[in-house]
Amino acid sequence: MTTTFSIAEIGHYALVLAFALSIACSVMPVIGWRRGDVRLMQLASPVALAQFALIGVSFAALTYAYVASDFSLKNVWENSHTDKPLLYKVTGVWGNHEGSMLLWVLTLAIFAASVPLFGKHLPRDLKALVIAVQSWILLAFVGFILFTSNPFDRLLPAPPQGNDLNPLLQDLGLAIHPPLLYIGYVGFSMTFAFAVAALLIGRVDQAWARWVRPWTLAAWMFLTIGISMGSYWAYYELGWGGWWFWDPVENASLMPWLAGTALLHSAIVVEKRAGLRIWTILLAIMTFALSLLGTFLVRAGVLTSVHTFASDPGRGLVILGILCLFTVGSLALFIWRADSIQSKGLFSPISREGGLVLNNIFLSAVTGTVLIGTLYPLLYESLTGQKISVGPPFFNLTAVPLFLPLLIAMPLGPFLTWKRSDAWAVSTRLFGVLLLSAAIAFGIYLWRGGSIAPLAMMLGFWLLLGALWEPLWRSKAGRAPLGETLRRMSNLPRSMWGGALGHAGMGITTIGIVATTAWSVEVIETMRPGDTVQVKHFAITYETVERVQGPNYIDDIVRFTATLENGRSFPLEPAKRFYPNRNEPTTEAAIETLGFSQAYVSLGDVDVSGVGTATVRAYWRPWTTLIWYGTIVMFIGGFLSLMDRRLRIGVPQMAKRRAPMIAEPAE
Amino acid sequence: MPLAKRKKNRLILIVTAGAVLAAAVALTAVALNDEIVFFKTPSDIATEGLEPGVRVRVGGLVKEGTVVRGTEQNLFTVTDLDAEIAVVSPISVTVPALFREGQGVVLEGARNLEGTFVATRILAKHDENYIPVEVAEALKGKGQWKGADDALKTLDDAADGSGGYTQ
Repeated sequence: MTTTFSIAEIGHYALVLAFALSIACSVMPVIGWRRGDVRLMQLASPVALAQFALIGVSFAALTYAYVASDFSLKNVWENSHTDKPLLYKVTGVWGNHEGSMLLWVLTLAIFAASVPLFGKHLPRDLKALVIAVQSWILLAFVGFILFTSNPFDRLLPAPPQGNDLNPLLQDLGLAIHPPLLYIGYVGFSMTFAFAVAALLIGRVDQAWARWVRPWTLAAWMFLTIGISMGSYWAYYELGWGGWWFWDPVENASLMPWLAGTALLHSAIVVEKRAGLRIWTILLAIMTFALSLLGTFLVRAGVLTSVHTFASDPGRGLVILGILCLFTVGSLALFIWRADSIQSKGLFSPISREGGLVLNNIFLSAVTGTVLIGTLYPLLYESLTGQKISVGPPFFNLTAVPLFLPLLIAMPLGPFLTWKRSDAWAVSTRLFGVLLLSAAIAFGIYLWRGGSIAPLAMMLGFWLLLGALWEPLWRSKAGRAPLGETLRRMSNLPRSMWGGALGHAGMGITTIGIVATTAWSVEVIETMRPGDTVQVKHFAITYETVERVQGPNYIDDIVRFTATLENGRSFPLEPAKRFYPNRNEPTTEAAIETLGFSQAYVSLGDVDVSGVGTATVRAYWRPWTTLIWYGTIVMFIGGFLSLMDRRLRIGVPQMAKRRAPMIAEPAE
Repeated sequence: MPLAKRKKNRLILIVTAGAVLAAAVALTAVALNDEIVFFKTPSDIATEGLEPGVRVRVGGLVKEGTVVRGTEQNLFTVTDLDAEIAVVSPISVTVPALFREGQGVVLEGARNLEGTFVATRILAKHDENYIPVEVAEALKGKGQWKGADDALKTLDDAADGSGGYTQ
């Protein structure tokens, strides 16, 4: 006991030290910059690293307390149990409000430490101010943890046993989803810090642009995959096969994603053409503000949500205060200083820049409608006192139609040339792709019928094939000998492949969404042992029902044998799971992936003591995994783009460059 | 680029952005008019009435001893301890794992011509002693349920990892 006691205290103490350091780091680099004091500015770098080390120690200490089941910590007692498997003891650290805030802050500290680690070639003033801005955020949130949500609060005398973790969270999903999501959310603090620093200094230069683009990309990649993993988690854990609910908490992560996607594209113009600088700075501020809004919405419990864990209205207000402070403050700075930023680069409406501007207009509009739909219930209630909810129909009527033109135009964008382009020439380059996707859509129409579904499928294939056609076309596929095409292909910059894969991923996800929405089959049946039910391409036969003791739960498992049309059979064993420590049941769906499609079975009521009558929900979900595979392709695309040597983090563009900067290949 | 052309380009940009913005505003206005769902308590419905077919959310507790499970549909009564409303949920509607008698629930649906509430969505809060925000406030507003203060306290304590509504 004595060792765990001191370790928790070390964690707490390290957090307090980090708080003190972040006060220093919030102020000193700014003073150094105002006075032109190089030493004060240079102090920012080691302090940023020290902040990271201290918060790392703090996080490690809390993790240790969880693994050692130190119930003298209130937080551990509330969320852990000695019977819990080790994985969930570790992931339980961030399966609650206090611990997840600590993970949030740790992620922020990692990003702040990345500036001195990777930013050796950043101008001194920019580097110092960026670290200072990140320390402001760190100060606010470490303070929030210490004063309102301290995970190291003691509970003495220590209870012998803990309350266990919310059963829904005792899943591999908790290990994966929040960390990825946080890297995404918090990653946008980097662009935010650069935006604020640029406004303070009144300068946007090449170093700025070269840094902002890849870090936006990194944050976007992790947000993409984080949202996607969360969607898959909800899909299998909530037990009814839905993958997106237009729930406030989902919208909270979708909004920074939409704004971040816009930012990703406008940052291209900043980097390559030195244009759209002011807009990009505004977008960087808004994206991070939306990330903070997400943090607030998830925690405040102000909206009825399917997913919220760790809600607390009182602490939510503090986060709301932090959100307002940073948003209003940075927007005021923007209004005051935006004139100091000069944008260059004139372009005609039909051009690569024009296409990217159109992308930004539509993405902003979609973000705006999602924002209104998400916050409207709060606004409405505060004005009228009436409680309302805004559900999927609202978003299907607003966000979806505004997103469609964007998708239709997406394959055209990469074929546009900078400054001015020829709309007709670009269209003819994609004529073959259009014909091919129309042919596929017609094939689907002949096969399955329908009207909207084949058209929507045509859109999906138009996105996928259009995106893949770009690298082929640039390598003169079909217009040059194969050898030359291959040679050209391998010479294409990785960022180009990255962009193509990013767009292709969107196409794959679209195809998955359309197929799942249009052709899913759902069968709900009350079954007894021996019964067989046909679900489109498979049949399930109820074999037995059994009660099984798990480590900290009891499973009522119904064993089915599923048989495919081709005679192949496999077991499907869904369960109703009961966690006695928390007196809570969950539904454990059984899923078999067949190609890209899935057979999905979950249970309603099970009469395990009697004859075994069970309410069974069985789904055939065609091509449903494409929804998530698409996001993995987007992630890989982002990764390739990061690996592009022209963008590689920290590579200076002056001396080390081997070849002169080639203009855009084949443009 | 000549000035006239530059002006023309700027005009195109403003018109495009304006058009998209107008479309977004129009869609939002229409959708907010048609697609918002009001939250009612059984008492609200008892006093104000509820037209058949009007989609609302109803919050309350599942009354003890009223749940009748069937193969086609489930029947139960939702109460705010002041008024109550009979509910039918077709078997196609997912009943959350947490659904049970005494549990706080939020239902989405509409009344049918007989006056029974047909639920199309059932949400239950993921904590055994948790009362949904709306329900707790509605109960507290009436001042008729001594448990309401406890429920609100539970709400404040909910930071211990208790869950959201699950379907």
